[in-house]
Amino acid sequence: MDGLAHQIIAGIATGGIYASVALALVMIYQATHHINFAQGEMATLSTFIAWYLVTEGVPYWLAFFATIGISFVIGALIERILLRPVQNAPPLTHVGVFIGLLLIIGNATGWIFGYTTKVFPTPFVSDRPLMGGLVSAHELGTTAVTLVVLMLIFVFFRYTKLGLGMRAAAYNPRSARLVGINVGMMLALGWGLAAAVGAIAGMMVAPVVFLDPTMMLGILLYAFAGALLGGIDNPGGAVLGGFAVGVLENLAGAYVVGTELKLTVALIIIISVLLVRPAGLFGRVVLSRV
Amino acid sequence: MILNRRAFLAAGAASLALPAVVNAQETPGVTATEIRIGSTMPFSGPASAYGVIGRSHEAFFRALNAQGGIAGRKINFIAYDDGYSPPKTVEQTRRLVEQDRVAFLFNTLGTPTNSAIVRYVNQRRVPHLFLSTGADKWGNYQDTPWTIGWQPSYRTEAQIYMKHLLAERPNAKLGLLYQNDDFGKDYVIGVRDILGPKFDSQVRAVTYEVTDATVDSQIVSLQAWGADSLMTAAVPKFAAQTIRRVFDMGWRPIHYLSNVSISVGTVMEPAGPEKGTGIITSAYLKDPTDTAWDNDAGMNEWRAFMRQNIPNGDMKDASYVFAYGVVHSLMQVLRQCDGNFARDNVMRQAANLKDLEVAALLPGIKVNTSPTNFHPIKQMQLQRWTGSTWARFGGIIEGANV
Repeated sequence: MDGLAHQIIAGIATGGIYASVALALVMIYQATHHINFAQGEMATLSTFIAWYLVTEGVPYWLAFFATIGISFVIGALIERILLRPVQNAPPLTHVGVFIGLLLIIGNATGWIFGYTTKVFPTPFVSDRPLMGGLVSAHELGTTAVTLVVLMLIFVFFRYTKLGLGMRAAAYNPRSARLVGINVGMMLALGWGLAAAVGAIAGMMVAPVVFLDPTMMLGILLYAFAGALLGGIDNPGGAVLGGFAVGVLENLAGAYVVGTELKLTVALIIIISVLLVRPAGLFGRVVLSRV
Repeated sequence: MILNRRAFLAAGAASLALPAVVNAQETPGVTATEIRIGSTMPFSGPASAYGVIGRSHEAFFRALNAQGGIAGRKINFIAYDDGYSPPKTVEQTRRLVEQDRVAFLFNTLGTPTNSAIVRYVNQRRVPHLFLSTGADKWGNYQDTPWTIGWQPSYRTEAQIYMKHLLAERPNAKLGLLYQNDDFGKDYVIGVRDILGPKFDSQVRAVTYEVTDATVDSQIVSLQAWGADSLMTAAVPKFAAQTIRRVFDMGWRPIHYLSNVSISVGTVMEPAGPEKGTGIITSAYLKDPTDTAWDNDAGMNEWRAFMRQNIPNGDMKDASYVFAYGVVHSLMQVLRQCDGNFARDNVMRQAANLKDLEVAALLPGIKVNTSPTNFHPIKQMQLQRWTGSTWARFGGIIEGANV
C-alpha cells in the first residue's frame, strides 16, 4: 500500500504542474474564447527570459515580476500584430495562426537560447526532503502560487468591471461593443494577461522538469486534459482537473495500463469529456441565442 | 541442343546481370587525383553541438591533402547540413550520391537521420561507414551489408553494466527505466542478452515518453517493487530528473546511467553534483579533461592536430576526440584498400579491421571487424561519479558475443 500512497503523492506533485498551465489555458479562453496552441511555447520563452535575467544577476523576485510584465507586453503585441488582422476570419484560420506561432516561437527560443538543458532556480528551498522525498519544497510553493493566481483570476473576473468587460467581449463581441466596451482593447488585455499567467506557470514548472525549448510540449497536453476535465471556463475546476489528471495518470500508469500508455490516458480524458460532458465537471453549460 | 525454359531463363538472367557486373567495376567518386567522400552533419538545429565532428573531419582531410593525400589522391570531403532532420538527411544524401557521386558516406550523424537513409544507401550499394550513433542496428550485417557503425552500441553498453552488476550481486533485482524508442529498447535487449531466462524474475522494466512531464511515478514503482539496482537509459533532461528524485527519496540503489547522459554541464550539475555520487557509467574514449592523459602520446598527437588545424576549437569538447578516433579508423580502411577504392573493396576492408589501436580510445580497447561483425568497438571501461568528476575503475570489459 506504500507504493499506492507514494503514487498518489507523486501524482499530486505532478498535477500541480498541470494545474498551473491549465490555469493559463482557462485565462486565454475566458478572455478570447480561443484555445491558444502556442500557450506552452510562449510560456517557455517567458521562462527563458526569466532565466536570462537571473543568470545576469537580477534577484529572483525582481526577475519574476519583470518577466510577468515583459510577457504581458509580448502577449498584447501578438494579439495586436498577428490576430487583429484575422479577427473575423473562420476558426480554422485562427488554428493556423496558433500553430504557426507555436513553430515560430518554439524554434526562435531554441535558436536564441540553445537546446541544452538548463537549471532554473527556485525561491522555495527546504533543508530536508518532505514526505519521503516525493514532494519538494518547490512543489509545495508551486501549489501555493497556483492557488494565489487562481484567487486573483477568480476575483478579477467576478468582481472587477474590467473582468466583466473582458468576459463580455469574449462571449459576445457585438453586444459588448454596443454597450460601450472597447472590445479590441479587451482582447489585447486578455492576451497579455494569459501570457503573464503562462509565464508564472513556466517559472513554476521549470525547476522541476528542467528548462529547454520543448519543456512545455507534453505538459500542455496534460494541462489541456485537466482544463477540459474541470471545465475550460472555470478556473477552480481547471486547477482541480489538473491535479486529478496528475493522480489519474500515475495510478493508471502504475496499476492499470502500464507506463507505455500514460499519454493515452490524457487523450482518453480529453475525448471522453468532449463526448460526454463538453462543459467539463465544473463548467456551466452556456446556451447562446443567435 | 534442347533449349528448355529454365535454361532460357538462366541465360536471360545472366545477360541482365551483365551490366551490374560492369557497374561494380566502375569506381564512382574516384578519379586519378581525387576521392570524394560524403557526410551529413547537424551544423544547425537542436543537435548542432555535434557539428564540430564534421568540422574536425574537414580540418583533418585538409591537413591530409596538404601532405599529399592518400594513394596519390586528394580527399574531397563534402559534408552537408541536415539540421538533424531526417527528411533533410534524405535530400542531402541523395544529392551526395546522385549529384556529387561520392565514393561512399562516412560518419553520418544521428540515429533518426541515419534510419531515414539506411534503406536507400543499401539499395544503391553505397558504403555507409562508421556512423555517429550508438544504435545497435548498424551492426546488422545480414540485412544492411553496406552499413557499419563504429562506437559501442547501447546494447553492448547494457551488456557491460549487466556483467558488472552480476559480478557484484548475482541475485540483483534490477529496475530498468528506459525511453520508449529504439535508443531505450537497445538497453532492454542488452540486459536480456546477459540474463536470458532470468530476465523476467530479476528485472522490472518501465518506460517513459519524451512527452512525460516527470518520471517520478516510474521511479516510485521501481522502488516499491524492491529493486536494489537501477539502470537509467534516458536523455539528459530525464536523467537529471531521475538522479535528483532517487536521491531525494532516500533510495540508494547501484545506479547505472547511460553514457548518453553523463555530461557534467547538462546532467550532473542540474541534478545536483552531490546527488549523483556513486553513479556508474562507461567510457571508451579518452576524456580530454582527464589529467591522466596529460602526457599520453596519443592525446599529445591529438592536441598537436587541434593546435595546428582547429586553433579556436574547444579542447575540452570530447566530440573532437571522437572525430579524431573515427577518422583514424577510416584512414586504416583506406590504407588497406591499397589503391582500389571501388565500393565493394572499401566495404570489404571496412569489415576487415584487426586489433586496430586508435589514439583516441582508452588503452586496451581495440577496433575489430569481420564479415560477420559490424560492431567495431565492443569494449568499454566503467567509471564512477565522485561528486565532482568521473573516475575510471576496473579493467576493460567486453560485451557479450551474441
